[in-house]
Amino acid sequence: MPKLRIVKREKDLSAGMQLLGIFLACLLAVGLSMFLLWGQGKSPGKGLLVFLEGGFGSSFALEDMLIKAIPLYFCSLGVALAFKLKVWNIGAEGQYVWGAIGATLVALSGISENSWVLITLMILAAGGLGGLYALLPAYFKVRYKANEIIITLMLNYVAIYFLEYLVYGPLKDPLSFGFPMSPLFPEQALLGAIPGTRVSLALILAVIIGIVFYVFLNFTRLGFELKVCGESPRTALYSRISPARLVLLSMFLSGFLAGLAGFVEVSNVNRLQTSIVVGYGYTAIIIAWLAELSPWQIGLFSLLLAGFRVGVENLQLEMQVPAAFSLVIQGLLLIAVLIFSFFKTYKLKFKE
Amino acid sequence: MFSIEVLGLLLSATIQAGTPILLATLGEIITEKGGILNLGVEGMMAMGAFMAFLGTYLTHNPWAGFVLGGMGACFLAFLHGVVCLIFRGNQVVSGLAITVLGLGLANFLGTPYVGIKTVGFDKLDLPLLKDIPFLGEVFFKQDVLVYFSLLLAPVLYLLFEKTRFGLRLKAVGENPYAARARGIKVFFYQWVALLSGAFLVGVAGSYLSLAYTHVWTNGLTAGRGWIAVALVIFAFWRPFRAIWGAYLFGGVMALQLRIQALGSNISSSLLLMLPYLLTIGVLLLACFKKKGLDAPAHLGLNIEPKD
Repeated sequence: MPKLRIVKREKDLSAGMQLLGIFLACLLAVGLSMFLLWGQGKSPGKGLLVFLEGGFGSSFALEDMLIKAIPLYFCSLGVALAFKLKVWNIGAEGQYVWGAIGATLVALSGISENSWVLITLMILAAGGLGGLYALLPAYFKVRYKANEIIITLMLNYVAIYFLEYLVYGPLKDPLSFGFPMSPLFPEQALLGAIPGTRVSLALILAVIIGIVFYVFLNFTRLGFELKVCGESPRTALYSRISPARLVLLSMFLSGFLAGLAGFVEVSNVNRLQTSIVVGYGYTAIIIAWLAELSPWQIGLFSLLLAGFRVGVENLQLEMQVPAAFSLVIQGLLLIAVLIFSFFKTYKLKFKE
Repeated sequence: MFSIEVLGLLLSATIQAGTPILLATLGEIITEKGGILNLGVEGMMAMGAFMAFLGTYLTHNPWAGFVLGGMGACFLAFLHGVVCLIFRGNQVVSGLAITVLGLGLANFLGTPYVGIKTVGFDKLDLPLLKDIPFLGEVFFKQDVLVYFSLLLAPVLYLLFEKTRFGLRLKAVGENPYAARARGIKVFFYQWVALLSGAFLVGVAGSYLSLAYTHVWTNGLTAGRGWIAVALVIFAFWRPFRAIWGAYLFGGVMALQLRIQALGSNISSSLLLMLPYLLTIGVLLLACFKKKGLDAPAHLGLNIEPKD
């Protein structure tokens, strides 16, 4: 009887085949999730239709997708950067929250009447606070070898409760009839939309940051050392900067980017409130894993997963499917992709 | 404010809040002894909590819920095993996927049942022991899962230190290649460790829905699974140390509820941060003391195939 055997491929699967694999994984994840609807007495076929139409089927859907894709994109760039150094930054969610807090504090401070100045300061505060919040677990990691997965995760809970504290307490809008939210931002603090659409001007910021990111990693010495250090720590011993410092730097940048996502979100919502916490930081982990370090792929997968989110929102609206359904899809997608990546380096062969 | 009765109540609440964390920590210790890192504890616990609720709700028998809760977590661990043990996927990412999937499934499947009450594990006073002053009140008027979790720690200790199975399991976690060369069926041991550990994590979830609350709500786990993952490190992979760790957290959670109930001025959001800050604290403490020397040497790494 022929027996299956695992053999290493001579070279990795081609890029086209890899994309096909990810496409198949998406199909599998969405298909299986829809099958679950059937268990609750809802039609999977109709579910799929509502999901696809809601996520990708109209200009309204595409706008929604873009709006959600921008913060996802910033978080994912950050997570990917830390992954490159084999640092597991699971804390993008918390860093995003601190970014939102930082942007809010500046927006409400009345520090400047000039929109350009105010927004620049908001960006710096958001990124800075996000970066510092990521620096903490990075410091514990390089100094005490403390597990960064658990610490970044715990810091997410801490950040979210702190946000809650702020909007129920010191930052609460006296005119909000008791709702936990900050006052509305002044007009100068709003990024505004691209004319004729609902999509925030942050899209332009996303493109600029994407280019800077690409140039930094591929054309600067620091970026090069960062990449090399992740791939082989031994080579990194010859770099100018110690691996510990590289870890600190990459985590700061990682948190900075997640903080930017927080800025984008509050400058779009116009105020700080708990509903901005929707798990972008966790979805970013999936995107970073799928796209590795290429900014355009991160953009592409941010759009895809944002579309999934919008699709699930439509399911929620039309078929009363709980919002957690998007977690089911994302979990299944990640599992399918992990299984698929096996075939990137190995193949199965029949043994006589 | 602090009479002896209040202290008794507080300690009793400490044990109740600590028990699900203890069960999950012990489960993850078994899994990690086999060299497998399963970061899906939070998701498996949520799934266990829901399946246990569902089983009990349908049969009116908490033991049916107990079994189903364990199986719910086992199902997710099975996926983790397929990804990591068969397809050699990254164990960290797979664990995160299991967490996301488990939280999603428990919430998705559970939403129609939110707010529904069910029978559960009631308090079971142990004869004679319950009459010991103070201690009886704290330790021996608890539900059956509390006793189960406390018995489990010494049983696991004996398993790891005194039985052939336990020693072989540890050998697999330390050096699977050497174990394989000695004729130990590495995969068999890893699957047993993964699934039996997951069953306990599922039971930890059952505790939340069947003993802690008796009612289904979304978000029951609230990070307890992650706290358990941290406690494994704090406990240096030793079952007895897990007890102290888990009760430390139980104590903080009980105290925080007590302070809230007393109507203090401290914001409840700030109080709710405490367990998570404490997790970071104990993790750093463990790092100061030992720097992770007791971790199974091959933890979280995949085994290369034989050629």
